[in-house]
Amino acid sequence: MAELTGLTLSEARQKLRNKDIKAQELTDAFLKEIEAANPDLNAFVAVTAEKAMAQAKEADARLQKGEARDLEGLPIGHKDLYCTEGVTTTACSNILSNFVPGYESTVGANLWGQGAVMLGKLNNDEFAMGSSNESSSHGPVVSPWRRNGKDGTPSDDKLVPGGSSGGSSAAVAADLCLAATATDTGGSIRQPAALTGTVGIKPTYGRCSRWGIVAYASSLDQAGPVARTVEDAAILLGVMAGHDDKDSTSVDMPVPDYSAALGKGVKGLKVGVPEEYRVEGLSDEVDQLWQQGIAWLKDAGAEIKTISLPHTKYALPAYYIVAPAEASSNLARYDGVRYGVRVPGNDIIDTYEKTRQAGFGDEVKRRIMIGTYVLSAGYYDAYYLKAQKVRTLIKQDFDNAWDDVDVVLTPTTPNPAFAFGEKTGDPLEMYLEDIFTVTVNMAGLPGISVPAGLSSQGTPLGLQLIGKPFDETTLFQAGEVLEKAAGPVRVASKWWHGT
Amino acid sequence: MTVDDDTVRRIAHLARIKIEDSDVAGLRSELSGILDWVEQLNEVDTDGVEPMTRVAAHKLKKRKDVVTDGEMADVVVKNAPFSEDNYYVVPKVIE
Repeated sequence: MAELTGLTLSEARQKLRNKDIKAQELTDAFLKEIEAANPDLNAFVAVTAEKAMAQAKEADARLQKGEARDLEGLPIGHKDLYCTEGVTTTACSNILSNFVPGYESTVGANLWGQGAVMLGKLNNDEFAMGSSNESSSHGPVVSPWRRNGKDGTPSDDKLVPGGSSGGSSAAVAADLCLAATATDTGGSIRQPAALTGTVGIKPTYGRCSRWGIVAYASSLDQAGPVARTVEDAAILLGVMAGHDDKDSTSVDMPVPDYSAALGKGVKGLKVGVPEEYRVEGLSDEVDQLWQQGIAWLKDAGAEIKTISLPHTKYALPAYYIVAPAEASSNLARYDGVRYGVRVPGNDIIDTYEKTRQAGFGDEVKRRIMIGTYVLSAGYYDAYYLKAQKVRTLIKQDFDNAWDDVDVVLTPTTPNPAFAFGEKTGDPLEMYLEDIFTVTVNMAGLPGISVPAGLSSQGTPLGLQLIGKPFDETTLFQAGEVLEKAAGPVRVASKWWHGT
Repeated sequence: MTVDDDTVRRIAHLARIKIEDSDVAGLRSELSGILDWVEQLNEVDTDGVEPMTRVAAHKLKKRKDVVTDGEMADVVVKNAPFSEDNYYVVPKVIE
């Protein structure tokens, strides 16, 4: 069993096509792993075993007939932010606890249309607002990783798997699925990937359709995969991406064959290293790893250049105006009338207010209120318009950099994974988790996080590569070089099995 | 920017979120903290800078203005907490 669930997506695909294994056998192995691990990890909020086995059965029939589609019979986890037809979709919020969509998200439909098997829905921060998965209405996700304790035994401290896609990152790292879908508004794919030793890519804004994904901040939200390897991420993004008439911001451009670009290396590639990312609060070991990443790319034939992205430090405060503003408007739809939970009041306004008081968690309320404030009469210019101007400058920084370099290398997070409760006391401290990832969303660029090594505590660290618009191909090529140089970063002990 | 208790109540009402008296002090300090922190944007000279309205230069696609979907009122209201004959039911609204 363990050997089946430990396969990469690409290996599993090969074995299925060679008829060495069956999709039903593979799916069953993952369902058993989930059953054993989920009471401890809480990565899945719903397991759709029956649906998974039915999909696997169809996959086996197609594989038998030699009619396999791209992802035929490959079991994956699906973030609960994606609407799934006939399957409860909560966005990990109480307000949507009973919501059963009558439609499938476009990205989900793309995956199932290519034969992928859905194991279940994955935990996330409520409405994808958070960096630790602690704000979920289904409770937090426990990282499969543990810190080194005293006397060489692992510490019992529960670590966060990052967020908002914490269920995705934990499930992939713990071998509960071959890969997972995720979404990224300010770092929600890349930060959890970094903290769990997995690969996560947020593609260029417009690369994937947002249709049927519960909206947080529409000018920043993008779908992407979390996977065990760069190759697996490339295979998945190729299926997830593409134009969709139902999302006018999805771009009508052909999707390149990302897998075909792998193995080409970085010879002659110009890699930018931005001075401004050497921020206060950057841990020494993350800095060292960054230098190591620079050396790896240089050894592989890349040319390293120091660059300047002068508005970097303003990306996070600008984000915390733009994202809450869009969230306050997007989440206005949860009024207890059309869907979700209603708490009856004396009149319609009272009903709205009571419904939203009971339905939303603290962080969601905070962001809605910040958004409401910055958009309110008299403050719009001072906050929202100012932030959108700063956003233009952040994008210009990158536009200037692309004159000199092909890709930018940074750490993904300033620190390794933290423990439960360490950052929940002060919202600002949690927001700082996204300091290196949020610039990428503000500029609409693609970014990938690749596992690059372990911290002194024995927990994973990631490096981020940022690319030109729609140049995900280069991110996969360079990411693969980092991945090979760093070697495998895998969970040492499946302690939830009692070992 | 520091917000006072009345502002907290006003924002909550605008956002249609009921808050208890015991919530006000905590929210005041959290919202003030965040708004103080974003003040650093005032250091940036944005004179003559266009606000960003889209990250990619792509033109939005247009389609013919025709009905392409519909006739599924039952699916649409299926998730409504209260519905009757494919209508949403809400408390009486008197202007």
